[in-house]
Amino acid sequence: MSLDGLIDFYVMDQFFESIFESLGMGSETAGIAAFLSAGITISFIVINVMILSTAFYTWFERRILGRFQVRRGPNRHGPFGILQPFADVLKLIMKEDTIPDEADKPVMTLAPIALVAPTLLIITVIPLSEDSFLGSLNIGILFIVGVTSVNSIAIFMAGWGSRNKYAVLGSMRGAAMLISYEIPMALGITSVLLLSGSLAMTEIMKSQQIWFIAVMPMGFLVFMAAATAEMSRTPFDQIEAESELGSGYNTEFSGIKFAILFLAEFMAPIVTAAVVTTLFLGGTKGFDPIPGQVWFATKALIVIFVLLWFRATWPRLRVDQIMGFAWKGLFGLGILNIFLVATEVFILSMNDGKITVSDMLIMAGVNWLTTAVTLVTIMHFLGKKKFYRPEPIPSPLANMGIEAD
Amino acid sequence: MYGLGVISGLGVTMKNFILPQRQFNIHQYPNRKASPRDLAKLENKNTLYFMLTRPNRTIKSLIGLETIQEKLPQHDRFRGEEFAWYDQRCTGCASCAKYCPLGIIKIVTDTSGANLQEGQSYDIEVFDIDIGRCMFCGLCVEACPYDALHMGSGFEEGKYSRNELVIDVNQLKKAEKKPSTWFRPQLSDRGHDPIGGDQAAWDEVGRHEKPSLGDQEERWAKR
Repeated sequence: MSLDGLIDFYVMDQFFESIFESLGMGSETAGIAAFLSAGITISFIVINVMILSTAFYTWFERRILGRFQVRRGPNRHGPFGILQPFADVLKLIMKEDTIPDEADKPVMTLAPIALVAPTLLIITVIPLSEDSFLGSLNIGILFIVGVTSVNSIAIFMAGWGSRNKYAVLGSMRGAAMLISYEIPMALGITSVLLLSGSLAMTEIMKSQQIWFIAVMPMGFLVFMAAATAEMSRTPFDQIEAESELGSGYNTEFSGIKFAILFLAEFMAPIVTAAVVTTLFLGGTKGFDPIPGQVWFATKALIVIFVLLWFRATWPRLRVDQIMGFAWKGLFGLGILNIFLVATEVFILSMNDGKITVSDMLIMAGVNWLTTAVTLVTIMHFLGKKKFYRPEPIPSPLANMGIEAD
Repeated sequence: MYGLGVISGLGVTMKNFILPQRQFNIHQYPNRKASPRDLAKLENKNTLYFMLTRPNRTIKSLIGLETIQEKLPQHDRFRGEEFAWYDQRCTGCASCAKYCPLGIIKIVTDTSGANLQEGQSYDIEVFDIDIGRCMFCGLCVEACPYDALHMGSGFEEGKYSRNELVIDVNQLKKAEKKPSTWFRPQLSDRGHDPIGGDQAAWDEVGRHEKPSLGDQEERWAKR
């Protein structure tokens, strides 16, 4: 079993089948048993690896964020505070799991599970090698889009179930935001599909002779912005706007439920980075002798770092600004990008019926030019426009004339 | 051009990330070389006893390999956790309890002493401050008309349970009397140093100078 097939379902299935057949089972029984064992083993490995990497990702995020914002992250437990996640998890497990009397108990209990399950499900179709079995699911990208939509209902469950006004407000904002941003995200994905010609993740990965980020930068920008909003991170963290809503949808959660909610929240960047890597950064493509998994992990780490950079820099947007950005900004850019890519694909594949590397280079040139021109034009005209800014109402306390002594 | 600030902001944070001179280099608990006396003090032992029972650590500390973490000195007006309360000044008027926005101060006075002499005050039976809920606004200190309650200067009162965070009257009496000069800058004018200095006696912590004996006699006589 090479490194390439280490967590590949197909290789694992073959391995178990050979073991069961050598134990003297019939070939049919052995096939079913091998299928089940391989499934359980893969799920066990994937879930545990994801949880562990999420735990260390929380430490990574807090350290890097601290450095970006000129402060210290966790630094007391272990070297550079690397044991901090274990301390956090231990503390959260020992906390009492409180449920409000008025709460809708089954809904509130199910909400963390409904939030973490889709995030784990997406990982199954991420191809970690070019001949990945689960990654070659022929509706892979549709599966991802469909499974991510469950997020909004899970967040609404959490807010509604806990019977708290802050939680309900946060989750209602969240539902509106998540549904709005699914459209630009789907538009970004569609432009990738036009070029790769397949819905399977492995095929998308293989078709990137040139990384798609270079071929269509506007699609990448639209997808990144929409994906950041989809996992509700800063600057789009309306769902848990701490300064406005207490803590938003997770106000009433404590103990292990809170831990699972945050597991889902911190797992989302890792999963998103994996999807972005597959769609736009060439997945496991790289040069020998470094194996593809290492390339994949490196690219995903870079994407995670960029997401962290955004989080460290930009403040939270207002509700109307967020919705306006989705419907007036990203939606238009996404449509424009699809129109461009579709036209280019139609013209360039007229002769030989497929897109070659030279075609992609032509597309890249055109697309970079259009992206730059579009963005500069938009920024120029927005700069000329006089925005209505309401006059601040002076506080009645401002000129009270408080006398000393 | 619109939106350039968004991009230049990215540049600012990236500079913070890359340039080491932009990072803070202040430790809250810097390492300090420890003498055997410091180590013995940490373990609550006699220095000689420590040197005899722990020869390896003693030798290490003499060479300069043993370090202890020391807290940085705070400002005089730092509002710390250990309240400095003077029962000689306190009359049990419960102004602090009334002004506390969180209602975490509880005072019960003993009213059994029926015939109090002039100038005496009630005995205070209960004076509980729930530090676990305190937000250190200092309104209780502002409210106190007799300058009996002051904020402390410490910040290392970590406990394992919330019940231990309630300071009762005996703890308040026993606590180190190092009042923070917050809202009482007169104290630092008079040379009181809550961080490095000595404890302040009950007649030194008033807002006003202590009146001389002649003044007092005159005042009481006029009345």
